[in-house]
Amino acid sequence: MTDDLPADIKALIGQTTHEETADFPVERGYVWTACASVENSNPLYWDETAAAEITGGPIAPPSMLSTWFRPHHWTPGRDEPKLPLQIHFDLKKRLDLPEAIISEFTTVFHEPVRPGDVLTTCQRLRSVSPVKQTKLGRGRFWTIDVEYRNVRGELCGVESYTGFGYKRGEAAS
Amino acid sequence: MKPQLTLDQIAVGDALPPLAYPVSATTVVLGALATRDWRPMHHDHAFAVTRNGVRDIFLNTPNQAAWFERYLTDWTGPHGRPGRMRFRMKDSVFPGDTMAITGTVTAVVVDDTGCGWAEVELDLAVGAESKTACTARVAVPVAPDDNPWTRRGERWRP
Repeated sequence: MTDDLPADIKALIGQTTHEETADFPVERGYVWTACASVENSNPLYWDETAAAEITGGPIAPPSMLSTWFRPHHWTPGRDEPKLPLQIHFDLKKRLDLPEAIISEFTTVFHEPVRPGDVLTTCQRLRSVSPVKQTKLGRGRFWTIDVEYRNVRGELCGVESYTGFGYKRGEAAS
Repeated sequence: MKPQLTLDQIAVGDALPPLAYPVSATTVVLGALATRDWRPMHHDHAFAVTRNGVRDIFLNTPNQAAWFERYLTDWTGPHGRPGRMRFRMKDSVFPGDTMAITGTVTAVVVDDTGCGWAEVELDLAVGAESKTACTARVAVPVAPDDNPWTRRGERWRP
């Protein structure tokens, strides 16, 4: 594995890619399912009066940000399932690194997401490391930002993922 | 509705009330579906064992984020507004595990715009083993009549 980063990957760093609009609007049924899954009794999500008083009406839990972009498991006419965090998979393929993990991620929350919002997203490759040797194998770390905006163009949040793509057979002894 | 917690009630070193929760297969599957994560290692036992080489299906990361958010806002009440969460995944959480979430306040600050912030180190552990670490920054009212959710634009610096 050479340490040289292919020119097309170098050129991708800092570029805005994979601009997309969500498949469906933010909806309260999903908010309640998400709250139920972790027994979250925050009145912002269950009590209309509290939501009106504190957040100016219902909102979605901030941690659901990426939920609104995970594609349907199946849609008519689509042969290949759509993948969230597409750059991660593009890098695996382009750099010939068949295995990959996400080791760390950070989410920064901005404007609250509200039922009825149809969000848009874009992805940005921030960095790709030189070749590194880890316990898992030999490969590269990369950082990808995913930005989310509402229909008014307001920033709702940014997620930053640190991934490590590697070849399993090249682990340190 | 008055805030449940204001910044003057928080000090560095404070421990948040611990949360213990017995994880079942339902917890894992419900969490995966609630976050629209259809990947089989979060609902298909045979796939998780044979393809991932682990003992069972396991909690997905977005659902762990939801657990941490719930834990934080159980403490702050609804006026607490999450600003930033950073996760480090170390190991998996399986059905049969009892997960324990704990937290400690590491900083209490008021920024240039007058917004009050608590910074908290959170840990999700099973037994003595830490599975996921989370560093969170949550805005908390500086006074009973303050509400961080009204902040927008330059007045919100998470």
